[in-house]
Amino acid sequence: MSVLKEAFDSGKFAVTAEMAPPKGADFSEQLEVAQLLKGKVHGINVTDMQSACLKASSIGLCAALKAEGLNPIIQMTGRDRSRMAIMGDFLSAYALGIDTMLALTGDHTTVGDCKDSKPVFDLDSVGILNMLTKMEQTGLDCGGNELEGPVPVFYKGACVTPVYEPQIMQIAKLKKKVDAGAEYIQTQGIFDIESLKRFMDAVDKANIKVHIMAGIIPLKAAGMAKYMNANVPGIDVPDWMIERLAAAAAEGKEKDIKGLPAKAGIEMAADMVRQIKEEGICDGVHIMAIGAEKNVPTILEKAGVSI
Amino acid sequence: MIITRKKPYEELLSMLGDAKKVILVGCKSCATSCETGGEPEMAALTEALKADGIEVVGTVYPDESCQKLLVKKELKAVRDTGYDAVISLACGDGAQTVAQLVDTPVYPANNTMFLGQVERIGIFNEMCRMCGDCVIGHTGGICPITKCAKSLVNGPCGGQKNGKCEVNPENDCAWILIYNRMKEIGQEQKFIDQLLEDKPHGAHAYPRTVNLKEEKKGAEEVAE
Repeated sequence: MSVLKEAFDSGKFAVTAEMAPPKGADFSEQLEVAQLLKGKVHGINVTDMQSACLKASSIGLCAALKAEGLNPIIQMTGRDRSRMAIMGDFLSAYALGIDTMLALTGDHTTVGDCKDSKPVFDLDSVGILNMLTKMEQTGLDCGGNELEGPVPVFYKGACVTPVYEPQIMQIAKLKKKVDAGAEYIQTQGIFDIESLKRFMDAVDKANIKVHIMAGIIPLKAAGMAKYMNANVPGIDVPDWMIERLAAAAAEGKEKDIKGLPAKAGIEMAADMVRQIKEEGICDGVHIMAIGAEKNVPTILEKAGVSI
Repeated sequence: MIITRKKPYEELLSMLGDAKKVILVGCKSCATSCETGGEPEMAALTEALKADGIEVVGTVYPDESCQKLLVKKELKAVRDTGYDAVISLACGDGAQTVAQLVDTPVYPANNTMFLGQVERIGIFNEMCRMCGDCVIGHTGGICPITKCAKSLVNGPCGGQKNGKCEVNPENDCAWILIYNRMKEIGQEQKFIDQLLEDKPHGAHAYPRTVNLKEEKKGAEEVAE
């Protein structure tokens, strides 16, 4: 059974960490970092060529993590695969012991690094969830044909972008995702707790019942925050965070100490995680460390969160 | 309207190989509006080819280059010109229609872009991808298959920024347009509640054919 599902079912504050496969065929670095996360998170959420940049596929690293005794979550976008290819990969994933998934529509190929690749989008996030749910309910594949043996039942998740105008559109799509079978939701990176609370109120008002995990992105530098504000949809880092990162950089320069901005980022991330847990704002957090996954245990420790 | 753009002249020239006498086939319909297949374009191409030692020995300018019987009739006027290649200044449909009617190679002068609206002279907007299963009755009269770069049927992705699409920031997010329009026409609740089916691609495998004659004959037989 999905460890993430067990965590929610038993009322625990759930924690997952995101990890990207390499742009290459060597998983050793990812597996080494994953060992640091063992016993610290309920799942490692493996991206499916995020930002439409080519990487090793999610299913491969998931299988490798599983073999090392970790709990991988397979991400699946609709960008590169038809419904047949998506279903085929899910059958393989389940056969390899992967039981938790996350459905995404996917960034368009033209914003990535293999721009001439064909954008597929046969199914979007709602379509992927619907297809899996139908398969569970009927035992039939995406063409209505009988599947052999026990039918895979995944613990299914999806994403939402809380900072979005008009918000009703995200709420409406969130409802469609939940109706299609999503049982947990991870949010885009959150930097302002008050706007997260407003979003959670809107979810409550719409009577949507689902476990929501706040997305946490530990910032590394003021430049990174400014870049994300300008370029990443749904990201809104407040000025005071950028100022704190800049002040940390200035202090580091003055005292000749390296890594102070990243340290400040870790502290701010930990503060958010602690507040979200203490105030019961969300049922868990999803930490997207963007290449600095080794810092995830530190963030959790500082936040006073253990699984 | 079928929107076409001229191929680079050098590309066309390289396709022509050792052809020395050519005829041009334009189109009075879409390609004339697109300034790719009208009389001025045929005249300009004739001049350019002449400079490269290729003689235009005839021109054909049908009302529609995709009307097979019409094009067949008009081609009769040039059949004795001794041409060794044809250049089509129509869309891909027009060019292939000509290619079915002559024994020489046919080379396209244009690239066929999309099915578009003429916003005003010289400004064309892609409006319909001809998916074969129109959904705009459910989406406020705005096509998500065409206007959303991902052809999403169940609302927006997370990729819009300030109402603009992640693929081309000059384009509005189709789903925000759809939401605003549906709200305007009193269908906000329908927008929130409805779930559209994912596109069934099996029913629309190409190339497709419509044969009204056969359909009518079939309907009459059933009626009898």
